[in-house]
Amino acid sequence: MNRFAELLDRLVLTPARNGKLTLLADYFRTVEDPDRGYALAAITGDLSIPAIKPAMLRMLVTERMDPVLFGYSYDYVGDLAETVSLVWPDPPPGQTPNHRPTLGGVVDALQSASRSDGPNVLARLLDSASIEARFAIIKLVTGGLRIGVSARLAKQSLADFGKVDVTEIEELWHGLKPPYIELFAWLEGSTPKPQTAVKALFRPVMLSNPVEDRDLEKLDPADYAAEWKWDGIRVQAVSQDDVRRLYSRTGDDVSGAFPDLVDAMDFSAALDGELLVGNPRDATGTFSDLQQRLNRKTVSPKMRERFPAFMRCYDLLQLGDDDLRALPFIERRKRLEAFVATLDPTRFDLSPLAPFADWEQLNGMRTNPPHPVIEGVMMKRLDSSYVAGRPKGPWFKWKRDPHTVDAVLMYAQRGHGKRSSFYSDYTFGVWQGPEGEEELVPVGKAYFGFTDEELKQIDKFVRDNTIERFGPVRSVRADRTNGLVLEVAFEGLNRSTRHKSGVAMRFPRISRLRWDKPTIEADRIETLKALLD
Amino acid sequence: MLLPAEKRKRLFAAGLLTNRASPRVQKTYLWPMRPRDLLCPKPAGLYCAPGDFYIDPVRPVARALITHGHSDHARAGHGSVLATRQTLDIMALRYGENFAGSTQEAAFGETTTLNGVAVTFHPAGHVLGSAQICVEHGGTRIVASGDYKRRPDATSQPFEPIRCDVFITEATFGLPVFRHPPDVDEIGKLIRSTQQFPDRAHLVGAYALGKAQRVIRLIRDAGYAKPIFIHGALAKLCDYYQSEGIDLGELRPATVDSGSKGDFAGAIVVGPPSAFADRWARRFPDPISCFASGWMRIRQRAKQGGVELPLIISDHSDWDELLETIVETGAGEIWVTHGREEALVRWCELQGIAAKALHLVGYEDEGD
Repeated sequence: MNRFAELLDRLVLTPARNGKLTLLADYFRTVEDPDRGYALAAITGDLSIPAIKPAMLRMLVTERMDPVLFGYSYDYVGDLAETVSLVWPDPPPGQTPNHRPTLGGVVDALQSASRSDGPNVLARLLDSASIEARFAIIKLVTGGLRIGVSARLAKQSLADFGKVDVTEIEELWHGLKPPYIELFAWLEGSTPKPQTAVKALFRPVMLSNPVEDRDLEKLDPADYAAEWKWDGIRVQAVSQDDVRRLYSRTGDDVSGAFPDLVDAMDFSAALDGELLVGNPRDATGTFSDLQQRLNRKTVSPKMRERFPAFMRCYDLLQLGDDDLRALPFIERRKRLEAFVATLDPTRFDLSPLAPFADWEQLNGMRTNPPHPVIEGVMMKRLDSSYVAGRPKGPWFKWKRDPHTVDAVLMYAQRGHGKRSSFYSDYTFGVWQGPEGEEELVPVGKAYFGFTDEELKQIDKFVRDNTIERFGPVRSVRADRTNGLVLEVAFEGLNRSTRHKSGVAMRFPRISRLRWDKPTIEADRIETLKALLD
Repeated sequence: MLLPAEKRKRLFAAGLLTNRASPRVQKTYLWPMRPRDLLCPKPAGLYCAPGDFYIDPVRPVARALITHGHSDHARAGHGSVLATRQTLDIMALRYGENFAGSTQEAAFGETTTLNGVAVTFHPAGHVLGSAQICVEHGGTRIVASGDYKRRPDATSQPFEPIRCDVFITEATFGLPVFRHPPDVDEIGKLIRSTQQFPDRAHLVGAYALGKAQRVIRLIRDAGYAKPIFIHGALAKLCDYYQSEGIDLGELRPATVDSGSKGDFAGAIVVGPPSAFADRWARRFPDPISCFASGWMRIRQRAKQGGVELPLIISDHSDWDELLETIVETGAGEIWVTHGREEALVRWCELQGIAAKALHLVGYEDEGD
């Protein structure tokens, strides 16, 4: 349990992706079954343990210590799980259990506890554990580790650990169960790849590369078909016998959030496409509408009615018993067109091809798309088979140019790792309020897009123009006559009730430093708000 | 003239009615001195009126008794200073030879009399040379502990509990959440990380006096024999510790002139915490920032400071040790100086021990 607890603590504080991967792979290498499998399940969210409510936890601890002292402690720390793990009194000598619990032991004890016995089981576990282990146990029972590791990253670390491609893990994943003994055995090379009889498995998706300078001059337009790139989320709808699953592009099962779409999956096939909301025929909803439906475990009837989900299909991977992935795109496309025609038209439609004669014409289509929910074009080689991953050549994405705004640097925060001595995370704002009384209102935060040389320049500017410090954050001089204007590029804008400005940017990054521009000439909030409508 | 009830209360406060003070005290003095007449908080610090001296004054005074060399306790510019030899040495290193009008060495366990007040220094276990100061007069004994810890530390004399009527304790980590883990486990994390990330420099933030040397010594005790790189601010004090017989192994300045950036790959670099946010840190390859401090017990603290590898190593007592020490001194009354006083006062009340916060100003409760 202590090794799991240490892993969680390291992961929370390690910002770099590679650092996290190293920590995870090392853990899988040094910890034995079944503990490592349960740890993996806890991180990917596949471990089911009966929940204990925070109020119950608080009761357990105040039965054991002075409530006033607990109150002081909780006020100071601010996090219930952490406070309880620290103040939990050691049991009196003589009653101390003679061994520390393992993660496997903890999971067994919690999973087999009855509802009424749960709190007692938890208390006994806390009695026997170290401070760090107590924190991990409480996180397991209160749900949500919040360690900044996605299921995708955990799978990547497994791939690193076993030296296999991550798509192999993704393909197997839904057929496996904690503590994943056979998976680890295979990754360590002691047994063959596990076979799975589970139905409606995820098929690792094919991804595209962005069109870069000089790519096009080497390509023949006649070899490619183009489609619009819709601004939704990539999904895979797989239905086999009675099992229906809607997967995200990383293989997470998102069926629960889209029962309306799953209800319409009365077929035996695997479809690849874009999840959107609205009415496919004439009212494709925006990404902010779609966001209303994302990341929900359940969805109310009202929500389903306001933002109905549908799938705009662009590939067919399996039809009945036939795996179509080895066929050329043009062949799969023919079968796709015939197949989608048989489906419920309010839930499934076809992503239409966008005919073009040459790259120049396609460029024109990309920059002036016929619909606001289109963010560019996709180019797919007619003879390309469907392969997992991101091979260079068969599929390209060519996005619309990003929006840009001139904003003023307001706060800077120190980075991590290589950037720990640089102020590298920037919060920027635009003007609002009547002329002459303008104030800056923050509209976003960005930490990339600039070169190393530009980073040094901004860092110097921040250090020379600091007006206040809050821990790792500095507030910099930014008024009508002083300050640094940043040109910020972003993909889109959503309404936000969480930000004072009322808007939230998607994928913001610094595109240019405007040392030349007076701050007062930076953009106003109205410019951004106009993009919302 | 004292009323019987008040008299009882005072005797109780002095520890006489709980039979906690020595029998000698009871015989010699019928009316023990009230503790607050012996020591009381003034703006300049804790003042002893009968002896006419201050303990750890925060501004220049005629006569100062200094518990240890940390800059918030040991300041320059006093008329005369009484402290342990090592504390005097450390003050001279930091402030120059003329940091006070005159100095006098206090040996551990030997009593000096100042205007009739008996003063004895006892080890506090905080940093090299750190002391508790026991002040005794008119049948009342008060121990001002300064900062102290109870854990074994190869770089400091071990703490000795002294029985007294009033014990003045710090409360830097005076909350039940502060429970320091064994320091060898924390150093183990650091050593493991250097093996996991052999291409990255490990920058260990540690206060220049005491913590830095203790951390280096712990790293040595864990079997790490490679050179350890240190920031310039640590050099004088590390040399001093070595000259006092505390072996820190091979230390090298962490300067780029000595080689290329790659030289620091996998190295352990120790420096004051402030240096790592500074441009100074840019000379290291993809560093992992570590911080050795009791504050690292709180995850949010580590997170806010951008610390990737917190090392919970403290030179102060944790909650359990504060309570244990209060009980061991047998004091009937506890005065709490800097830190989180309210929880410690509350605990004392629950145990039936009189306690109050002194509200002394000028001591950094953050430094550890």
